[in-house]
Amino acid sequence: MTTEIEPRRDLLPAIEPERRITDWGRSERVEGLFDRTIYDFLYHLWFRCEVEGIEHVPSQGGALLVSNHAGALPPDAPMIAKAIKEEHAHPRPLHLTMEHFFKGYPGMSMLLPKLGGVPAHPANVHRLLHDEEQLVLVFPEGAKGTEKLYKDRYRLRRFGRGGFVRAAMKAKVPIVPIAVVGAEEAQPVFAHLPLLAKATGLIYAPISPLVYLPAKFRIRFMEPIRTDDMGDAPWEDRGLVQTVSQEIRARIQEELFDMVGKRESVWF
Amino acid sequence: MGKRVLITGLSTYWGGRLAQSLEQDPDVDTIIGIDRRPPKVALERTEFVQVADAHSLIRRIVQAAEIDTVVDTRLVVDSTVTTPKRAHENNVIGTMNILAACSGDNSCVRRLIVKSSANFYGAEQDDPAFFTEGMQRPHPPRTRIERDIVEAEEAIQDFAHSQDKVKVSVFRFASVLGAGMNTSLTRVLSLPVVPTILGFDPRVQVLHEDDLVGILAHAVQNDLEGVFNGAADGVLSLGEVLDLLGKPAAPILPPWGTGLVASQLKRVGIEIPDELLALLRYGRGLDNRRLKATGYRFRFTSRETFQRFSQVLRVAPIAQGAGTGDTYRYEREVEEFLRYSPSVRTAAPAKRLQNTAPPERGQAPPEIEAESARS
Repeated sequence: MTTEIEPRRDLLPAIEPERRITDWGRSERVEGLFDRTIYDFLYHLWFRCEVEGIEHVPSQGGALLVSNHAGALPPDAPMIAKAIKEEHAHPRPLHLTMEHFFKGYPGMSMLLPKLGGVPAHPANVHRLLHDEEQLVLVFPEGAKGTEKLYKDRYRLRRFGRGGFVRAAMKAKVPIVPIAVVGAEEAQPVFAHLPLLAKATGLIYAPISPLVYLPAKFRIRFMEPIRTDDMGDAPWEDRGLVQTVSQEIRARIQEELFDMVGKRESVWF
Repeated sequence: MGKRVLITGLSTYWGGRLAQSLEQDPDVDTIIGIDRRPPKVALERTEFVQVADAHSLIRRIVQAAEIDTVVDTRLVVDSTVTTPKRAHENNVIGTMNILAACSGDNSCVRRLIVKSSANFYGAEQDDPAFFTEGMQRPHPPRTRIERDIVEAEEAIQDFAHSQDKVKVSVFRFASVLGAGMNTSLTRVLSLPVVPTILGFDPRVQVLHEDDLVGILAHAVQNDLEGVFNGAADGVLSLGEVLDLLGKPAAPILPPWGTGLVASQLKRVGIEIPDELLALLRYGRGLDNRRLKATGYRFRFTSRETFQRFSQVLRVAPIAQGAGTGDTYRYEREVEEFLRYSPSVRTAAPAKRLQNTAPPERGQAPPEIEAESARS
């Protein structure tokens, strides 16, 4: 009875100018407040972010940004968003995918969507990329990235099941790989307390510094990978999806080694 | 040839409103309404037949009147209006009876239009931000009313598959707001402070009552087939909603043990059913583009619906007892006299009577209905 027809882009709800919250729950006011205070301080003074290849982020149309992920409370996502805002010729909002867990955790479920967090559901990513033509940031490592210990720093975890590649292929948008150096040292995780995690209902309870250490951040945007020239329905081809996924993982890993090798100090 | 429409659940709020709306449509030749109880709104040319949902009787009515369009507005979607058992009888068994009455090789029914609810999807942590019609809920239904709705829809889907001649359209409506509405959501929003769950600011999407009637009328006028989400443009955060209503939030429901506190609140007269608790925690958004693609244009966005509702809330304490309540009462003999007696020369439209009749109080509380008119 229900045949899935692609919903039309032109029928998306019109923007109501009086509203200051988007349909995704993103709040201009709260985001602006964070941007002017915490993000500004972290970006310019604390992490002193250095950005390369910002021109690889397209000025229009949807694009999927893929990055490595680290830190107990990962600072990499807001720093990437801030980098696009500060350095890009046409700054655009970035939507950050987050675990469904955060939607169900009190406090976080209130705050994160207001700052641009979107639960990492394939349908959400598709709507943002394809219908709304937005920038979306994913961390294919997911919680495996933030959980990993300091001794494993800059060694990428498994890249899920390639869901992010499939999402980009379906939306026919380019994938922009990103390598971030600094987040591992900003809040290293030394060990885990599974009992505490159970007691608080959190996904994990790490032993790590409570404040971010002032590590130097380097963010490198790489050349986009087109997904619209891969045939008719490339997402059906599991082999191709896995190949692209592994290729992106290898590229980010390579860049990470390059960047870590070139830096002379963790802090400067 | 004009359409010949049967409305089930004529005495529910929606049945009555839809009948009034279809009466204005010259393309609709005949409107017949059935229900257990007499209608509560004034109707000019709708004919009312009092019947329980026994399928053989309904079938006889359908055949005799050569009905081509059946609109089913009976579904109970709010668990606070009746007992779970009655809701089940009405939603599942009642739907089976309507389907049985419409089926058969010699049936003249060509279209079946069903009012369902977005409670079909539920509200969960791992939901998509916007449900499209083809999506299934990620977990099985948690409450009885949701289970009933899913079961009723399954029966309708089966019917749609087996009956090639009948075009079936199902509308999953978001929570509806309006002046005539009395649902668990409107009651919670009418409180001086609105109870919320601590640490949650869910996304809320609603539908204006005029849009619900408009959508059902649109379905009668056009040949639609399939499932459609009925929800206004715009998904608001609960905080935004309370700003529009000018009400403070009271985060008295704790994130853990929410049900326990909610059951205590029920004792002091604030009833928040489980479906609404899930919405207060996780929220829900619907993709309405499929309905828009059929040519329907929504009259109100979610924001405008809340703005209008806030006007209703401001007037409500003054309007109460001022005689603006529903004053119409169905009297079979009078209705029949006015419609069929050769002595009647200028049939006074029932609508005008409504405005001049004295206010009437103390109507018996409705037994089974989704959304009862404010009495």
